[in-house]
Amino acid sequence: MKKLTLAMGVLALGANIALADVVRMGSEGAYPPYNFINDDNELDGFERELGDELCRRANLTCEWVINDWDTIIPNLVAGNYDTIMAGMSITDARKEVISFTQDYLPNDPSAYMALAGTPTDVIDNGIIVTQSNTIQAGYVAETDADLIEYPTPDETISAVRNGEADAVLADKEFLEAYVRDSGGELVLIAEITLGGGIGMGVRQSDNELRETFDAIIAEMKEDGSLNELIVKWFNEDLTY
Amino acid sequence: MFSFCTDPSILPTWQWYACYLTSGTHQAFYWSFGVVILLLLLAAPMALLFGFGGALAMRSRFLPLNLLGKGYTALVRGVPDIVFFLFIPIAIGQGIEFLLHHINCPDWDQPLRQGNDFRVCADARVPPRGSPAWVYNVYGFILALIAFAIVFGAFVANTLYGAMRAVPRGQIETAEAYGMTPRKTFMRIILPQMWIFALPGLSNIWMILTKATPLLFLLGIQDIVYWARELGGQKTSLYKYPHPDWRVWYFLVVLVFYLCITALSERFFDHMMNRLSIGQATSGGDRLRPKGKKKAKAEAPA
Repeated sequence: MKKLTLAMGVLALGANIALADVVRMGSEGAYPPYNFINDDNELDGFERELGDELCRRANLTCEWVINDWDTIIPNLVAGNYDTIMAGMSITDARKEVISFTQDYLPNDPSAYMALAGTPTDVIDNGIIVTQSNTIQAGYVAETDADLIEYPTPDETISAVRNGEADAVLADKEFLEAYVRDSGGELVLIAEITLGGGIGMGVRQSDNELRETFDAIIAEMKEDGSLNELIVKWFNEDLTY
Repeated sequence: MFSFCTDPSILPTWQWYACYLTSGTHQAFYWSFGVVILLLLLAAPMALLFGFGGALAMRSRFLPLNLLGKGYTALVRGVPDIVFFLFIPIAIGQGIEFLLHHINCPDWDQPLRQGNDFRVCADARVPPRGSPAWVYNVYGFILALIAFAIVFGAFVANTLYGAMRAVPRGQIETAEAYGMTPRKTFMRIILPQMWIFALPGLSNIWMILTKATPLLFLLGIQDIVYWARELGGQKTSLYKYPHPDWRVWYFLVVLVFYLCITALSERFFDHMMNRLSIGQATSGGDRLRPKGKKKAKAEAPA
């Protein structure tokens, strides 16, 4: 017991010394080019670069934490990290649990990707695969198509390749690299617009942090630096 | 890793593989095997300790302790493992923060639960705010370890409880006849002899424990299954080493790893079985008895 008290004391002391502002940034690390783990085992992608820039301007020390998509909101709420930057669309359902900054990426259209030669009508009566707990999953559930869900984006692509699903519905920018690399095997067959832009998620009680990042996102939109990043990782169509 | 790895796209095959298999992510993959083995080596004795405590509690004639032991095994064995693996780390984590909050910040006036959020003052955060990432990882690993120990301890408790009761009544009666106290009987007669009865059950639990290690990923620890899935998945040209879906090969490696653990465990438990059977009044013990002595024993009653 004494040891425990001592250990707790040391921990508490540590807390007092290290009160420097370290913000833990949660991300999924499996959704290129938004965020992905590169071959050097570091988080990379649009959101990594944007997040680092936001922290630099806010004078905060930031640390990235990888968390799988399905538990990314519960673990934010539990305090494992302080923000989510993981290609997360701002939706009313999510707003009931966490709050968002303003969007840092405008509405990216979603697209259906299928093997070349797949008829377009599968989007109404075929089998569509999506990542679970995404706006795309919510959308397909309301159409007449059958829905299969996988926890990681990568598995959704495999499901299309091996014929388990007729098409995958995901953010268009995510799918394009697969289309490009497949050499004609995979094609986009339809596009729709879902959601209201991508923003940074924070705990509802963390107003100060939200306002800090909100102001800097606004600043970056104004001085054009956000657009530069968007052009670097995506394309001209998505700029503000 | 190697000097020729700067531009992998132009490398010949063997060099490409040399670079690929030593990339940062692959090193993390190899490291994760160590994490799994470490978890097993630490979780097994801890579960044994929890189980031994639980078994003693179940045997206790002091009612509250007895109920505690029985409640623990019934509860943990009855609820799906996965629920406990998710529940225990959150409960312990928030419990510690709750305690620290009351010690460090007595005059905090805001509620601890604000809507969905659990908010304690900055001094009560564990690990403290601003800790380097490895502190978070070690903390997460320890919470996972405790979860494994509690869950598997319940199964061990029941096995040991049964083993203690399987020690032949004659042995205990003899001890009593010699005037040993219940405590001495337990220490000298039951405890040394119960292991042979516990061993098959314990080896079962160990096997289940080794297979439960992929649950680590649920707790945010990047274990071998996580890396196999992550590395095996198709990599587009955004990555330095693009490749198609290679998950089957990665899972094959993980499969071989678990089979190796199983093979080693089998050998270890066979060895233990033989050792513990020596001198026991079981058929296994009988088989180990030197020929001459066995005959002598058979003649003795006559």
